[in-house]
Amino acid sequence: MSITKKATVVAVGFGLVALSACGSSDSSDSDGDSKTVTLVSHDSWAVSKSVLADFEKQSGYKVKVLEDGDAGQAVNKAILTKDNPQGDVFFGVDNTLLSRALDNGLFQSYEAKGSDKIGAEYRVDQDKHRVTPIDTGDICVNYDKAYFSEHKLDPPTSFDDLIKPAYKNLLVTENASTSSPGLGFLLGTAAKYGDDGWQDYWTKLKANGVKVVDGWEQAYNEEFSGSAGGKKAKADRPLVVSYASSPPAEVIYADPKPTTAPTGVATGTCFRQVEYAGLLSNAKNTKGGKALLDFLLTKEFQEDMPLNMFVYPVLEGAQVPAEFTKYGPQAKDPETMDPAEIADHRDQWVKSWTSLVLK
Amino acid sequence: MAVPVAFFAVFFAWPVAAIVARGLKLDGVWQFGRITDVLAQSDIRHVLWFTTWQALASTALTLLVALPGAYVFARFEFPGKQVLRAAVTVPFVLPTVVVGTAFLALVGRGGLLDDLWGVRLDTTVWAILLAHVFFNYAVVVRTVGGLWGQLDPRQEEAARMLGASRLAAWRTVTLPALAPAVAAAALMVFLFTFTSFGVVQILGGPTFSTLEVEIYRQTSEIFDLPTAAVLTLIQFVAVGGVLALHAWTVRRRETALRLVDASMTARRPRGAGQWALLGGVLVSVVVLLLLPLAVLVQRSLDAPDFAYYRELTSDDSGVFLVAPIEAIGNSLEYALAATVIAVVIGGLAAAALTRRDAGRFVRGFDALLMLPLGVSAVTVGFGFLISLDEPPLDLRSSWILVPLAQALVGVPFVVRTMLPVLRAVDGRLREAAAVLGASPWRVWREVDLPMVRRALLIAAGFAFAVSLGEFGATVFIARPDNPTLPVAVAKLLGRAGDLNYGQAMALSTILMMVCAAALLVLERLRTDRTGEF
Repeated sequence: MSITKKATVVAVGFGLVALSACGSSDSSDSDGDSKTVTLVSHDSWAVSKSVLADFEKQSGYKVKVLEDGDAGQAVNKAILTKDNPQGDVFFGVDNTLLSRALDNGLFQSYEAKGSDKIGAEYRVDQDKHRVTPIDTGDICVNYDKAYFSEHKLDPPTSFDDLIKPAYKNLLVTENASTSSPGLGFLLGTAAKYGDDGWQDYWTKLKANGVKVVDGWEQAYNEEFSGSAGGKKAKADRPLVVSYASSPPAEVIYADPKPTTAPTGVATGTCFRQVEYAGLLSNAKNTKGGKALLDFLLTKEFQEDMPLNMFVYPVLEGAQVPAEFTKYGPQAKDPETMDPAEIADHRDQWVKSWTSLVLK
Repeated sequence: MAVPVAFFAVFFAWPVAAIVARGLKLDGVWQFGRITDVLAQSDIRHVLWFTTWQALASTALTLLVALPGAYVFARFEFPGKQVLRAAVTVPFVLPTVVVGTAFLALVGRGGLLDDLWGVRLDTTVWAILLAHVFFNYAVVVRTVGGLWGQLDPRQEEAARMLGASRLAAWRTVTLPALAPAVAAAALMVFLFTFTSFGVVQILGGPTFSTLEVEIYRQTSEIFDLPTAAVLTLIQFVAVGGVLALHAWTVRRRETALRLVDASMTARRPRGAGQWALLGGVLVSVVVLLLLPLAVLVQRSLDAPDFAYYRELTSDDSGVFLVAPIEAIGNSLEYALAATVIAVVIGGLAAAALTRRDAGRFVRGFDALLMLPLGVSAVTVGFGFLISLDEPPLDLRSSWILVPLAQALVGVPFVVRTMLPVLRAVDGRLREAAAVLGASPWRVWREVDLPMVRRALLIAAGFAFAVSLGEFGATVFIARPDNPTLPVAVAKLLGRAGDLNYGQAMALSTILMMVCAAALLVLERLRTDRTGEF
């Protein structure tokens, strides 16, 4: 081994050390810096630039956002790193995974300012205040209006409708073990028909030709005939498990904007989802984290959420944009389930669902 | 040698060991009983069986379709060859989330097969197998074709002259020289299909599950780390076994080859047979590879006045804090950094592996270097989180983690592409140079470098393109203010609305064009340089 070769090795070694050094100084700066507050969330997180800038200006904190994969991954990763968390506040654990987060001690207590103005039906963990509800949304069957008017058929309105012969081979849903709307739909049927009735319902749904794909993207963009992608792909399923806010999105993200939404919601097929945020245990900047949590409950943020994340506010008195009330009203009487009950049954239900529907 | 070893220890072995230990250790005690528990489940055994046979079938099918392609690209000269060679590589480097859906346009509802014969292959195992050919075609064409183009055809001609039949000449002269490259290509295809993830999920639907899909599900959805750890170990053993076997066969076949400039060996096809071969290969490339890509482009343009492309430049969409168009710059920067790391680490490793005094340990390292390709991105990503979390290596939210993770996947390409060529360099040339007083650096520069420059460029090109399209690792660390292209596409696809879908198609098309352009530049660079000698 020659001197030159050794020199190369040493040089490269230095290079790597330098690289990792600038990497670590980058992160340790922000960790140690009490002027930065770090929000850990999932990849659906979105906020208007101006709203976030307002918070930074008023509070004096700089907000760093880490998006950590989809909703399930983000929660799991937060649990994995809870002794040495990546940030101060976690946003985006929903009622289907809440117990996993709480049982693992992910959050510390903090009652955010404005908690008393949260709609009563969204409140949980009232004695410890480890999590704060931030937004809500409904997982519902969406229908393609054009298909149903062409076929002179009334769109379905309830779970019971979906197993009627008139709707044979029309519905596409997602894998309950990998997709959060897929799981929500399963939980909706479990809430409706009970622990011993949902399997019977799904047997009938399967006999009625329900198609299951792996994720929302495939179901909505590839299989559902009412979506932009579906139209381009000549999709042939006019019913899809999606969100109550999907029809407003179809209007808002269209150019030119249509006067009515191309899709509608079967209001009797909804399952309510609530998303929570909390101050992470072992957070380095608890003060900043608390300020950030307070901010998530301000009217400004709550009213900014709908058009960014396509969810509804939980704060009483927060206005919902006109597009939402017009094209995607919230379901009046959605199926709901206590997070503790979900925790008790989720894994077992998903397992039986998998062998019942997929095998 | 020390640098690649350290790199892999810190950025691969340690994170993976950490996450496996988290799954298998309870209160500090190893729970090896879990392994038999998991293996006893019939679901898991079914997954294992499916993973194996579909990988074998996919590899065989890919070789069948792509080897004629490799020959055509190596030996024939025809207009548009460079562009086409760049184009066939595009599917390989694009993320499945982008191309998987486009592939449905070929085999799914309303697709070509449906139109012609009413055949729909989506959610069947055929869709998976064909998609594996689509994605891995380039691996065979580039790995085998790269060497084939440099084999001196005069050797085969000499054998013919001495009375050997065409087949006998090919079998005794060309085939043995080509075998290591074919083995390397087959091994890579097997690895990619054995650990296939996106293709199985998107095209096969939820009824099919490979080991990789199961690891992802157990880690990231069900959060059953013990089961995930056991599955990771199983995949590790399986992949390690294949790699060891491969390393052994390659070593047995090592011979010094007579390499010549590729431009000397390619010529225009002659006779009906050769034209038919060229035509057949071109048709298969167009139908199987270019058609699905064309669907992406067509969907991205399916709005008046390039509306989807114009929307990319607006930064008030709410999805990102920056205009989606900026993802292009981010992606290029990350990919460039990853390429530099991969070429340095991979080059050093390949050089060390070629040395004659390389011991058993060093040669075993050859196989170890490939392991990152066989380990789930979710395992590595979760491992990063719990292992690289203390200063001086608290890299969890650092940008460098993205190119590092991409380089991890790039290094095996660099090594695999360089090694067959480096090993084929006649050692006596180096010795002669050394005897004449050249320093090792000069020997490398004047003997090795000119002969391996092409392989080096191909390796760099691959590493760059793979990094551009890399999705698994990128998704773990990207921040909203600097998303990479694949991450931006995935995020747009995750939202309802025409403009979101259209922007996803437009960004995918741009990603495709950037990859194709990068690959094309390398193709040109290569031919310019080879004129020197």
